[in-house]
Amino acid sequence: MTRGMTVIVQTIARLVAGMVFLYGGYIILHGHLTPGGGFAGGAIIAAAFILVSLAFGSVENVEQHRYTFSSVFESLGGLGFIILGLAGYFTGHAFLTNIWAGLGEPLELVSAGIIPFANIAIGIKVGAGLFAIFLALGASRFVMKE
Amino acid sequence: MLTQYLPLFVVVPLAGAFLIPLLGRAWRYLADIVGNLVGAFLVAFSIYGLVTLAQGGQPVVYSLGSWGPRLGIVLVYDSLSALIVLIANLVGLPALLFSTRYLDRYTGRWKYYTLFMLLLAGLNGVALAGDIFNLFVFLEIAAVSSYALVAFGTGEEELEAGFKYMVMGEIAGMMVLVSIALLYARTSTLNMAEMSRALQAAGQTPFVWFVLGTMLVGFATKMALMPFHSWLPDAHLSAPAPVSAVLSGVFVKVLGIYAMSRIVFNVFGLTRATAPTFFNLLVGLGLFSLIVASLLAINQNNYKRLLAYSTISQIGYIILGFGIGSYWAIVGALFHILGHSVTKGLLFLASRSIERETGSREIGAISGLEKTMPVTSWSYIAGALSLAGIPPFAGFFSKLFIIVGAVAAKMYWLAIIAALFSVVTMGYMLKVINNVLFARKDREPTKAREAPFPILAALVILVVLALAFGIGFRPVLDSIIEPAARVLTGGLEYARMVLGG
Amino acid sequence: MLPFAACFLLFLLGLYAVVLKRNLIKMVIGFSLMQYSVNLLLAFVGFRHDAVAPIITRVGMTDNFVDPLPQALVLTAIVIGLATTALMLAFVMRIYEKYKTFDITEIRRLKG
Repeated sequence: MTRGMTVIVQTIARLVAGMVFLYGGYIILHGHLTPGGGFAGGAIIAAAFILVSLAFGSVENVEQHRYTFSSVFESLGGLGFIILGLAGYFTGHAFLTNIWAGLGEPLELVSAGIIPFANIAIGIKVGAGLFAIFLALGASRFVMKE
Repeated sequence: MLTQYLPLFVVVPLAGAFLIPLLGRAWRYLADIVGNLVGAFLVAFSIYGLVTLAQGGQPVVYSLGSWGPRLGIVLVYDSLSALIVLIANLVGLPALLFSTRYLDRYTGRWKYYTLFMLLLAGLNGVALAGDIFNLFVFLEIAAVSSYALVAFGTGEEELEAGFKYMVMGEIAGMMVLVSIALLYARTSTLNMAEMSRALQAAGQTPFVWFVLGTMLVGFATKMALMPFHSWLPDAHLSAPAPVSAVLSGVFVKVLGIYAMSRIVFNVFGLTRATAPTFFNLLVGLGLFSLIVASLLAINQNNYKRLLAYSTISQIGYIILGFGIGSYWAIVGALFHILGHSVTKGLLFLASRSIERETGSREIGAISGLEKTMPVTSWSYIAGALSLAGIPPFAGFFSKLFIIVGAVAAKMYWLAIIAALFSVVTMGYMLKVINNVLFARKDREPTKAREAPFPILAALVILVVLALAFGIGFRPVLDSIIEPAARVLTGGLEYARMVLGG
Repeated sequence: MLPFAACFLLFLLGLYAVVLKRNLIKMVIGFSLMQYSVNLLLAFVGFRHDAVAPIITRVGMTDNFVDPLPQALVLTAIVIGLATTALMLAFVMRIYEKYKTFDITEIRRLKG
């Protein structure tokens, strides 16, 4: 028996997954200019991962290390956000102060200080977190063993 | 220093929550170490903050991201927040200490600590939040992590209790969110200080009562007031003991009582003189909880369930104190929050320690533990005496002030009922002490060993605290409780403190 | 007034599902309905006539914007709702593993 879904789903997933991933990255990186941001983009990135693992792997047999990996990345994303917040301290301002920049230039990608970086941290956290939730719900048997 | 580092109350436990999954996988005892270090830091920092305020320091209004109170998110650290933060962390540290040995029979140590850290972050955040939506967000962080912690054992009972708790808690959370949305629609601000000014300008309209009603339902569920209480006994029975201690000692008080009293007194600016109906409603609800839950507690044969019902009745005391609304009654209610959190934390940890050694939760099944587990037993007795209001423990003074407040407000019958049910409290605690801790003549003492060191340390810390708050009630009253009570009775002074001018 | 009434209706529908349905999954769906109704309420709160979405798409734009704050609140509420729904589904799955049923009347072991 082959793993995963039918060849139709697999073909479409192969075509689409990369684009979904890129779109999520776009949403995260342009979070300070257009609608969206870390959460929305992270959710889209997680969707790309979920699509791949649904199409190509059977959910019951997901390896333990994938769950560990996404859970670790979730923690790293959260820590990254806190460190960005603390950056305000190191420059003598309040917590979460937007250092390096004022309000940002409209339609200018490199602007708005730490906000793009905060979006990236949140994107990593949300993407990894949602994928971990998916794995945990889809394959709770191995999560229980840990 | 406090003015600069105030967010650390929330940031440090959050950072702990993200660090523990990374470190705890590498070596599982790192989770213990990081968790307890965070707990110790929070206790030290909250004591430092309290001392700063008591020595005449000004309340701190901290603007996140330097945006200022009108535009950005503010954290407010006044005497009331200081008291609540202190309570949360004073119970949190012994609970963490207890967890180090408690978790021996569970797997997934780092998951437990991660959730616990999130719970602490949420509790501290609720106490510090200066705008109403962040209060809700922190409330949900604390609530969601507590649902998961209640079901941590993942047995059948635990899952069911957790699910039931979650259903009730989430309906309550949604009620709170609805009332926040309505308040925003009316006042166009989320900052609690600005909101109180806008509401004051609008006056007491039916709209205000509707919002207050939805909010009261939400917070009453969170604090397990009597008609909305049914999640609490099951949750306490199933939760790991340190979680029970935090849930009963801190969680219901911060999420329910603190949030509600802050909103009623400081945002709506209600007093007994301006809104007698609402305060009579609080008195009614408080009395109902006090009487019915006390009577239910007497009937319980499970000593943890007995404690859970006792929590509901003590919440009744506190709400009664707020409902009476006179200055001394509010002082008593706040003192009872402090005294009861330490006491009930102690009782839950001690009874878990008993259950751990004897393997039974039934009152009839165990006896004579005083011989075999002296430290645990005498800690339990100290907690029971404090709960029943025997001097010199903290519980005596808190109940005394509630009664004094009732007398001062010329509600003599309330004073009588409050005193009477203090005796009932003694009654059901004596039931446990007589049967479980002391041996009846015809029965062999149950075989047990004394609990290991970290558990005893946690118990002794809490006994010392309960005694210290009782014997040193005068300085505690002067430097902690009365400033906090003045924040509440000051009502709309809060807006002036946050916004200035 | 009509949008608010619709929100209220949706909220009641969700509450009905949570309180009266016997299937755990349907209870979770009821919760989602309640969350959506509150989110909808928040979105209505920020509505203004003849206003556009509060996104600056060209330099120096000063149109009549709708209130962006409730939208931020909705976003936060959605995140919280996601967490609670996921946790609740996890509970339901674990309960199903223990009891092999979603019927709440066969599960209730604890009492009042």
